[in-house]
Amino acid sequence: MYDFSQLTGAIDAALHRSMTPGWALFTELVIIGLVVLILYALVGLFLVYLERKVCAFMQNRVGPNRVGPYGIIQTIADLIKLLMKELIPIARADKFLFNLAPFVVIIVSFMALAAIPFALGLQAIDLNIGVLYVTAVSSLGVVGILLAGWSSNSKYALIGAMRSGAQIVSYELSVGLSLLTVIVLAGSMQLSEIVASQADGWWIFKGHIPAFFAFIIFVVASTAEINRGPFDLAEAESELTAGFHTEYSGIKFAFFFLAEYMNMFIVSALGATLFLGGWMPFHIGHWEAFNHIMDFIPPLVWFLLKTFFLIYVIMWFKWTFPRLRIDQLLTLEWKYLMPLSLVNIVVVAFITLMGWHF
Amino acid sequence: MSEAVIRDIIVSESDDYIINMGPQHPSTHGVLRLEVSLMGETVKSVTPHIGYIHRGIEKMCESDSYQQIIHLTDRMDYLSAHMNNEAVCLCVEQALQVEVPERVKYIRTILDELTRLSSHQLWWSAFGMDLGALTTFFYGLRDRELILDIFEESFGSRLLHSFNTPGGLMHDVHPNFQKSVREYLKYFRKKLPEYKQLLTDNVIFRQRTEGVGVMNREMAISYGVTGPSGRGSGYSCDVRKIAPYSAYPLVQFEEKLQTAGDSYARYLVRMDEMWESMHIIDQLIDNIPAGDFTAKMKPVLKLPPGEYFQRVETARGELDVYIVSDGNKTPYRMKFRSPNFSNLFVLNELSAGGKIADLVAISGSLDLVIPDIDR
Repeated sequence: MYDFSQLTGAIDAALHRSMTPGWALFTELVIIGLVVLILYALVGLFLVYLERKVCAFMQNRVGPNRVGPYGIIQTIADLIKLLMKELIPIARADKFLFNLAPFVVIIVSFMALAAIPFALGLQAIDLNIGVLYVTAVSSLGVVGILLAGWSSNSKYALIGAMRSGAQIVSYELSVGLSLLTVIVLAGSMQLSEIVASQADGWWIFKGHIPAFFAFIIFVVASTAEINRGPFDLAEAESELTAGFHTEYSGIKFAFFFLAEYMNMFIVSALGATLFLGGWMPFHIGHWEAFNHIMDFIPPLVWFLLKTFFLIYVIMWFKWTFPRLRIDQLLTLEWKYLMPLSLVNIVVVAFITLMGWHF
Repeated sequence: MSEAVIRDIIVSESDDYIINMGPQHPSTHGVLRLEVSLMGETVKSVTPHIGYIHRGIEKMCESDSYQQIIHLTDRMDYLSAHMNNEAVCLCVEQALQVEVPERVKYIRTILDELTRLSSHQLWWSAFGMDLGALTTFFYGLRDRELILDIFEESFGSRLLHSFNTPGGLMHDVHPNFQKSVREYLKYFRKKLPEYKQLLTDNVIFRQRTEGVGVMNREMAISYGVTGPSGRGSGYSCDVRKIAPYSAYPLVQFEEKLQTAGDSYARYLVRMDEMWESMHIIDQLIDNIPAGDFTAKMKPVLKLPPGEYFQRVETARGELDVYIVSDGNKTPYRMKFRSPNFSNLFVLNELSAGGKIADLVAISGSLDLVIPDIDR
C-alpha cells in the first residue's frame, strides 16, 4: 500500500534543504492551502453535477447534457453565470454581517476538510482530537446561517435561520453521540488511528449491532445537520421561498450553495472514515486471495467510493421523501434519536469493557 | 393614503409577525396573496387577498355572443377547461331546448373525465412538491403529458381547447381517438400504483397530512366547499350524481367519500377519483354511437328572455352558470359560481393554530386554481 507520507516527506526534505525552516514551513502551508482550495472547488463542482444527474435519474429525466460531453462542464458554466450576476444590495440590511455570512459558512467547511484522511499519509493535519475538531468546526456553520438570516432584513430569511438554528443544535447531539460510539470502540479520537484500527474489519461490522445503529443514526442526523432534504426546513422552498438565503444573489448565493455540498462531502467522508474503514480496503477474515486482490485498489479510490456511496444515499433521501414539519423534526431528534443514541453508547461501552467486540 | 401606507400602519399597530405569502410564492400556485399572521412558527390567522388576476370575465361575457363566451370560460379554471365550456353549452342548450346528439354526450363525458384525470395528476404533482417531495412533479407530469397529447391530436390544442360549442362540438374527434384513449387507460392503470408507492404510503407524507386541516361536514357545507375537498369531509356533493348531465345517467360509478376531513382524506378522495374516472371512460369509450357531432344550430343564438341555470362538476367542485337573458344575442347578465372561490375561504379556519408547513399542506390539499377565484 503506497504511503503518501513518503511523497510529503520528500517534499518537506527538499524544501528544508533549499530554504530556512521558517520559509519552508510557510511554503508548505501555501502548498497545502492551494491543494485544499483546488480540491474544494473540484469536489464542489462535481457534487453539484452529480446531484443534478442523480436527481434526473430519480425523476425520469436526462439531466444536464448540453455543455460539454454528458453536460460535465455545466456546473462551471453555472458558476460563471453566478459570478457575472449582480449582487443586489438589500435595503436596511446589516451590510457587514450580510457580507460576512457567506464567508463564515464557506470557511467553516474549508476548515473541516483539513482533518479528513484521504489515504495513508494524505491528511493535511493529523490532530489527536480529529473527530472532536471536525464536529466542533462543522457545527460553527450554523453561525453563518443565523447571521445570514438575521442580517438580510427579511422575514422569510429570519424564519429559515431560526429553524436551522433549532435543527442543527439539536441534531448535533445525535451526531456527536453516534461518533462517540466509534471513539469508544477504537479508543482514540485521532482520525488516522481510527482508520488504522479498522485494518481487519470496519467498525460497522466489528462493532455488533450498536455500531450499526450508530451508523444509521449518524446518517439520519448528519443529513439533518447539513440541512439536506427531507430535513431542508431552513430553505423549504414551498414555505419560505429560499429560507435563509432568500436575499442573496450572485456569487454570495453560490457560496451558500457550494458550502452545502461541501458539508455533504465532509459528513460523508467522516461517516466513511469512522464506520466504513476510511481508506482501508474491504477485507474478509482469512480469505487471503480475496484480501490481496482488494489491496490492489488504491486507498484513495476506496475512500472516495465509500464517501460517494454515502453521498448518494443522502441524495436519495432528498429526492424521494417529503419534507418534515418543524415540530416533527424536533420530535424525531429529542424523542427518538437522542434516547436511542444514549442507550446505544451505554451498550457499546459495556461491550468494549467486556471485550466482546471483534 | 396609498394602500402601502395603510398596510404599514396596520402592521405596526399589531404585534403579530406578518408575512405575505404571494402574490409571487412557490406554494400558492398563482398570484394569490395570503397575509399570514404568525406567532413563531404557528399560524394565527390567514387573510387571502384576491384580485391579482381579475379580468372581468363576467362583465366581458355581457358583450360577447354565446359562442364567444365559451372561449372566456376556458380561462377561468384552466385545468378544468372542458368542464367550464360544457357548463355554458349545457345552459345555452337548455335555454334553447336543443337536444344534442348522443355522440356528443358520450364524447363530452369522456373528455370530462380525461380532463379530471389530467387535473388530478397535476394536483398530485404539485401537492407532492408543496410537501417537499420534488420527484412527484415529474411522475405526475409524465402521465399528464400523454393526456394532453390525446387532446392535441383531436383538438389541435393541449390545454384550453374550447372544443365545445352550444349544440355540440366544434368538429368530430380524430379517428384515432378511441384507440389513443384505450391505450392511455391501459398505460395509466399500470402507473397509478406508482403514485401510491411514492407518496400515499410514505411515512413522512402521512405524518404531514393526517389530522392536518380537519374540516368537518358542517364546516364544508357552511363554507360551500364542494368537489373532492368537500367529499373528503363526508359531504356528498357530486353534481354528476345529484343532477346528472351529458352521459352521466348512463354510466355506473361511485361517489368517493372519506369521513376524516383532513388533508389526507382529501388526498385519498382524489386518488380514488382517478380510478373512478378511468372506470367511467371504460364504460363509454367502446360504444360511442355514430352520428352528428353537433345539433342543427342557428348562426346567431338568441336566448328567450328569462333566467337559466346549470351546474356541472369540475375537477375542483361545483361550477354553476347563471344566465339572465333579455332576448338579445348577448346575455344581460352572466354569473359563475366557481368552486375555488368557496374552497379558498375555508383556509383561514383550517390552518389557524397549525404550523407554516401545515398551511402549505392544507392549501395544497384544497387544490386551488387562482384564475378561477378571480375570474
